[in-house]
Amino acid sequence: MIRLLFTIVAGVLLGGVVHLVSVLALPRIASQDAYSRLSAITKVNAVTALPVADPGNTLMPYMDPAFAIATCRYDLSDGPIKLAVPVSQAYTSVTFYTRSDVAYYAINDRSAGRKVIELNLMTEAQHADLPEDEDITAADRLIIDSPTSTGLIVLKALAAEPGLMPLAQASLAAASCKVQTDSPQAEAPPAKQVAPASKR
Amino acid sequence: MRLIFITLLALVIAAAVGLGATWVTATRGTDFGTLRIGAWTARPKTGTADVDPYSRASIARAGDLPIGQGDGVAFLATTDDKKRPLDGRCDVVVSGVTPAARFWTLTLYDLKGHLVANSLQRYGFTSEEIIRGADGSFEVRMASRSRAGNWLPTGGIERYALMLRLYDTPVGVATRTPRDAPMPTIATAGCP
Repeated sequence: MIRLLFTIVAGVLLGGVVHLVSVLALPRIASQDAYSRLSAITKVNAVTALPVADPGNTLMPYMDPAFAIATCRYDLSDGPIKLAVPVSQAYTSVTFYTRSDVAYYAINDRSAGRKVIELNLMTEAQHADLPEDEDITAADRLIIDSPTSTGLIVLKALAAEPGLMPLAQASLAAASCKVQTDSPQAEAPPAKQVAPASKR
Repeated sequence: MRLIFITLLALVIAAAVGLGATWVTATRGTDFGTLRIGAWTARPKTGTADVDPYSRASIARAGDLPIGQGDGVAFLATTDDKKRPLDGRCDVVVSGVTPAARFWTLTLYDLKGHLVANSLQRYGFTSEEIIRGADGSFEVRMASRSRAGNWLPTGGIERYALMLRLYDTPVGVATRTPRDAPMPTIATAGCP
């Protein structure tokens, strides 16, 4: 009897361990997370418009039907990404997610404060490789550090009324997300030269 | 023989307890960092880099993309203010004011997070298109049949959820009390 009780206690304690391990492992092993769902219909390092949320569209749960949504699935292994999103009439926001769907940075048109939201996305190593003076000349351009080398950028533009949806979609269609091909990263490691094109 | 049986039993209990607890927390969610105002709940921390492991697990399982903190915050309600589940066959009234935000949207979903089909193709309201009273307050009526004013069709489904998203808002991780974020009330006005 005591042995059975001991077995149950041991089982429950071990169950606690199993619970913690499985909770921590779930984001890694989930095959139906948002990144996986989107990777089937998106291209790497390019802006893809997502279908507007409607009852037949079960791409992701809890999508806001008032927004035009586009996404850029990024891979920083070829170099930093340059993102430019023109601001739509009502409200525009850009949210950055890691490969495991953690929203690590989000910005909206008001905090960006101009007609085009321009951001440079790079890994911490690529940021550290940037020449010092580049940081100063590019002070008016935001640099975002990505914790992972792959992830998602989600661009959203509000259609304040259903009739404004084509306008919101059109403003996102003009967004661009591409690898800075002429960046110092493309060349050999001693990246002390300032690439002219990345100075804007 | 007995030792093997006991070890197996302990392992089976461990698997059942551990995976069961994971399942429950990943589907139902946990209370870590949950902000409750009336019937509305939000987890502003899910939109930041220091999201807790339980929220990460439920986000990965649901395939959801949480709204980033610099973008806004999402409040979900599945019951009215008297803890009665939202029923699509009843008239439910959402009224009052919303916290400070540049824009907000109110959307009706089924419990899986999908929009509910209706002939009007109206799934929600934005703050721009809502009809307000003279004092700036508003009233949205959820019902299966058409209603005057701001009507949000429920399609007559049994259970649904309402999501109020605030965009460009000071409400977020630092919000603690209803005074910081006055949310609209939810009341069931009558069932047929």
